[in-house]
Formats: sequence, structure tokens, C-alpha cells
Amino acid sequence: MADTSKGIDELETAQDTARLKRVAIEPLTRVEGHGKVTLLLDEDNRVQQARLHIVEFRGFEKFIQGRPYWELPVTVQRLCGICPVSHHLGAAKAVDQIVGVDALTPTAEKVRRLMHLGQTLQSHALHFFHLSSPDLLFGYDDAVAHRNIVGVLADHPDIAKQGVLLRKFGQEVIRITAGKRIHGTAAVPGGVNKAVSPQERDELLPQADQIIEWAQGALELAKRILFEDLESARSFAAIDTNMLSLVRADGALDLYHGGLRALDPAGQPIFDHVDYRQYGDYIHEQVKPWSYMKFPFIRSLGPDAGAYRVGPLARVNTCDLIDTPLAENARQEFRAFADNGLVQSTLAYHWARMIELLHCAEGIKILLDDPEIMGHELRVSGQMRDHGIGVIEAPRGTLFHHYEVDEDGLVTRANLIVSTTNNNRAMNRSIRRVAVDHFDGREVTEPLLNRIEIAIRAYDPCLSCATHALGKMPLEVELLDAEGQRVSRLYKNSKGEVGLPDREPTPRGCYIGD
Amino acid sequence: MIEHFSLDGKRIPFQPGQTIMDAAMQAGEYIPHLCHNPEFRPRGSCRLCVVRANGRSVAACTSPAREGLEVESDTPDIQADRRSLLQMLFVEGNHLCPACEKSGNCQLQAVAYYCGMLAPDFTHLYPVRELDGSHPDFVLDFNRCILCELCVRASRDADAKGVFGISGRGIGAHLIVNAPSGKLGDTDFDPHDRAAQVCPVGAILPKHKGYDVPIGRRIYDRKPVSLVGDVADHQEDMS
Ligand code: SF4
Repeated sequence: MADTSKGIDELETAQDTARLKRVAIEPLTRVEGHGKVTLLLDEDNRVQQARLHIVEFRGFEKFIQGRPYWELPVTVQRLCGICPVSHHLGAAKAVDQIVGVDALTPTAEKVRRLMHLGQTLQSHALHFFHLSSPDLLFGYDDAVAHRNIVGVLADHPDIAKQGVLLRKFGQEVIRITAGKRIHGTAAVPGGVNKAVSPQERDELLPQADQIIEWAQGALELAKRILFEDLESARSFAAIDTNMLSLVRADGALDLYHGGLRALDPAGQPIFDHVDYRQYGDYIHEQVKPWSYMKFPFIRSLGPDAGAYRVGPLARVNTCDLIDTPLAENARQEFRAFADNGLVQSTLAYHWARMIELLHCAEGIKILLDDPEIMGHELRVSGQMRDHGIGVIEAPRGTLFHHYEVDEDGLVTRANLIVSTTNNNRAMNRSIRRVAVDHFDGREVTEPLLNRIEIAIRAYDPCLSCATHALGKMPLEVELLDAEGQRVSRLYKNSKGEVGLPDREPTPRGCYIGD
Repeated sequence: MIEHFSLDGKRIPFQPGQTIMDAAMQAGEYIPHLCHNPEFRPRGSCRLCVVRANGRSVAACTSPAREGLEVESDTPDIQADRRSLLQMLFVEGNHLCPACEKSGNCQLQAVAYYCGMLAPDFTHLYPVRELDGSHPDFVLDFNRCILCELCVRASRDADAKGVFGISGRGIGAHLIVNAPSGKLGDTDFDPHDRAAQVCPVGAILPKHKGYDVPIGRRIYDRKPVSLVGDVADHQEDMS
């Protein structure tokens, strides 16, 4: 296996920053939330330092201190407008434990699982069709004005339409299970407050086969794009990392529940089937002075060697099987691609994501066909406990919710490790890989900067989650000389138009009115 | 002989001693209000029910009905004043409806919808107020108290307990619990108290229930407050 770490780790911190010029990519576009990348270049335009920063921090853990535990599954959805269902369910799983419930009724568990599959389907569809397909279909060097979903609509109307309809179906699954299309309230301590009605089921079940077919098409498309330029797809932003996810007791992919499994880059287990309530014994978080986002790592390996990746790439690599037939076939093909070792190519995230999309489509059909989703046993209760830990595989990866409550039922402490935070170090290493491979000595151009964003986008990071802040903003690139003087400035608005900004940015870097 | 006054042009009958609000409620006509509940002595503190009676602005809940009075309530300028009052209530506390378990069962929210209030124009005060979870069955979230004094009146007049009170004046006014510790857990407050059932907002909440009733099936989810009436009349639908 090629050593992909060569030359990139020293780019976390440059030796001497005094004479370097700074390029900031801020904010990142077509990722969810607000982040920026800074590059320090020497006089020959060689990259000396590359960092992904998270700009804002809202301190959600602090915000929920002193709040009643029973409102958590609803309040934490405010963390993020992108995958609220994952937070809803992650918190609900933690709160189940607080009310002393270790096993739900079959109806409650199936309704929650269905909700989660709907969420993952819509999230994966959104990411692939809206956020990534412009790069993938048109290439990195396509004109900025065209390299967006509008361009996809114009050139590939069928693909764009399927993306929209897949996403809509996912949202409908969420609506019938969560009670609302966004910010539902169905998961309550110890179960759910509603089952699916026969009418709701009948609305969606007839569409399930079509959805599976489109998901197959999306998977084929993701694969075709990757294989078209296999060599650069393999090497682009490639890093070798450990991988972490939940797996079911039999090793199957399970997005809702399971034990923690971590594999090393060679595919050997670091730990397996760990009860996630013990996560603190296995995963620690490192704080770095230059970033608000923490850097989690596998404790036994230390902060550097212990970095890992989560999300579709990790999950399809770590599991031993997928329990739906079409996605299982795709998984086998995926693993064969790396001779049954781990597929480490960063762009393979897209491939893995579409395998999961197909799995969700199949899984939704199975559950919609299951009469238990319409059952009447919705909740159980138990003896109150003073803490609860819920872990779930969110669309972007493993998500940890951990709460402690006092005897009054109010939260005294909360710790959340969101999916994107788990990928923090890996994303940083991937952009350094791109910086080394593509930037050195070349003049900084928009397509070059977009390569950095493509690397980040492959992870589908949710920076709004990771920073617990919301907002989508345009892109501002500044080139400063060694003295910190601005040499030039480039600006891309939310429509993708590039030009010189004619207004000063507001203090938070956004343009009022955009 | 039955006497009448007019409310927005409609003839409203009343008995001697009734207020404009009493008569309107009896006739099924809605005048927005938050601190009023016919079970208790009117306070006239929320000012939402202010109407124009023969050209003078008066609180409908405290002003006696009189023969021939011409009362205006649903006019653009009065509704605009109500929206301003509502906005002030929202910014004085911490009202994050989407993350509030009372949403859909909340009279403040329902009245705000009825009056067409959108996002507040005023600066949020973001007061820092801690919850009181000391009672085994109820939690007090002072962030959402609008000082309507319904719990104060219910506990004093209906329950004969005097659990709640208001302390401080003006912007410093706040709800207190009458116990040396100031904690609800140190009072004889009981789930069957009338005071446990009258809070129009999410300030006095039963524990562990939160979202037992799904959003979408709550009292104001389908019909406006003008048809549904007050929170205090719908306790059975809320649990
Ligand atoms: S008490 Fe009512 S107005 Fe206040 S946050 Fe809750 S729902 Fe909204």
C-alpha cells in the first residue's frame, strides 16, 4: 500500500509563519454550515501550512444544561437543520436509558428505524445530487457559474429530477414516522408517540420499487464517475486511516444500533462489538489551540495514530455484510475493489454513500411492508437513571449523545461528538494531501481552490452540526502577502458568480443581502 | 329587559354587572386575552384585551358593559397594538417555540398567530433564568412566564394555598414561590391544584410528559384560539 501520509502531516503547523502569505477559503460552499480553510504559501507559492477551521461555536452543550431531559430529543434537533432526525434519535436513545429502558417495543423500534432510513435516504440524495454531482459530472475545472445544481438540471434533467424525487420520498418517510417533515416529535423517552397509520403506509409503499430503481441508478452513476478517471480518483486526497462505525451483533451494517467496531488501515480490528455506553474508555477528544472543533482519537493508539474516519466510507468498509440483497452485492464489489482490504480513497465516499442509499431504499420497503409499524404498543418505562448515552450512525457517521441528569430530571452535563467532528483530523489530512499534490508552486486559481473544497465535500461535512451553528454563506478568498497586506481578493456569491466584492464583509464574513 | 352593546358592529346582550369580556365570551365572541380567566378576579395586566369603547381605550376584562356602548376590537390599529404587546412578551422571556414542549398547547403562541404577529421587532432581552425542578411532579420554567398571575390567583383563591406570588416591579417583576427556600418542592403544591392547570404558557409543566401528545394533535394545531378558547379549559386534551 502506498504511504499516503508522506509530506502531509508537517503541514498542520508551518515552521516559521513570518514570511508566508495567507490564502483563506471562506466560507466553504456546498457544504452544510460555515467553515474555512487557510493556506500559508511561501514566495514560490509552495504550501507550508493547511488547516480546516470551524469559524463559529454556539456551545449547545452549555445551552441544554439545566433543561429537562424529556425535551432533549426535540431541542437537540436545533443543532442542525440538515440531519435533525439523527439528533432526535440519538438523544432519544440516550433518554431511553435515562428512563431505564433498554429495549423498545417492536413497533417503537421499527418506527424509529424507518424514520432513520428516511432521513439517511434524503440526506444522501441531497448530498450526491445537489452538492457533489456538479463536481463529479462536470469536473473540477468546469466554469463556476455552471458547476452547480442548476447546471446539472440543464445538462442532465433526468438525474436532477430523480435526485429531487428521492429526497422527497425520504422526507415523506420522515413525515409519516416523525409526525412532521422537519423537527418531528415522535421519539419520546421509552418509545414513540405515534405509529404509522395504514393510510400513511399506503401512500408510500407503492412508490418503493421505483425508489429502489432510482437508487440503483444513482449507485451506477457514482461508480461510473469514479471509474472514468480511476487513477486520479484513487489518489485524490487519499489518506490511509482507521475506520469506526457501529455494527450489528452479526457484523451487518446497522445505521440505528449496534456495537462499536474500529479497524486499522490494514483492516484488522482495534476493538469490536464494544458497548457504546463505554465509549469514553475507547475514544478521547483532543483540543487544539487553532480550532474550535475537537479532534477525537482512539485512545489506545494516541492522538495521531488514533485518528479515524466515520460515515459511509467507514461503514461499508467495517461491516461484514449488508442485510438487503442489492446493497450487499454492491458492498462485495466495493470491497473487491481494494482486494477485500479497506477502500481508502476519499472520493470512494460517494460510492459508499450510494450503496447506503440503495440499502435505505430497500430497507424502507421492507419496513413499510411490516405490519408492526402500525402496532399499538408504543412505549415502555423503567427506573430512572442518572445518565444516558445514545449512539447512532447518522448519515455523516457515528454520532454520540451523552447526558447526565440530577434527581430533578434536569441536565447537569452533556457531551456530543457529532459525525463531522469524528472526521475532523481526516478532513484536515485530506486537504493537506490536495495541497501537496496540486498546489505547490502553482498560481492560486479558483479551480485549484475548488479541489480543496471537493476533498472536504467528499466527507459531506456538516459544519453547522460540528460547530453547532447554522448558516450557508458565500465564498471569499483573500490573498495576503507576508506582511499580512491584502494582495488580491476574490469573491463568489451564493449563485456561484465570481468577482471582486464591492462591499466590505460584515464582521462575521457574510454579506448582508446575499 | 336585556341590555345590549355593540362589538365590532354585532349586538351583544349582557346582564348587569358583566364586563365587556364576560358578555363577549358568553356570546361566543372572541377578544384576545392572556391573563383573563372568568374563574378568577380580573387583573387587566396583559393589556391584550384593550378595546375602544365609545372612543376610549379600556381593558375589556375589567370594564363593565353598558347599554349602547360601541366597542371596537378587531380593527387594524388595535390588532397592531396587540402585536406590539405580544412581541414585548416574547422578547422579555426566552421563547423558543420550536424547542418548547408547550408549542401547540400554548395560548401565547396561539394568540400571537391569531393577531398575525411575526418575528419580534424588539431586541431580545435574553434573561438568564434557572428552572426549578425540585417538585416531584412539576417543573417551573421561569423563562416562559408572562406574569399573567393566573397561577397566583388560582393557588390563592381556588386552592387556598398561596403557593405563588409576584415580586419586584416593572421590568424586575418576577414569579416567586412562597417557601423559605423559594423552591416548589418545599410547598404543598399538588398536581390536582387548579394552579397546576391554568398556566397559559410553558412555565408550569408536568414532569416526564413533554411530547406525549404529538405535535399536530394539540389543541391549537387545527383551530385558532378564537374557536378553541383558553388553555385552562382543555386540561384533559393536554395529557
Ligand atoms: S411558552 Fe408558548 S410562546 Fe413561550 S416558547 Fe413555549 S410555546 Fe412558545
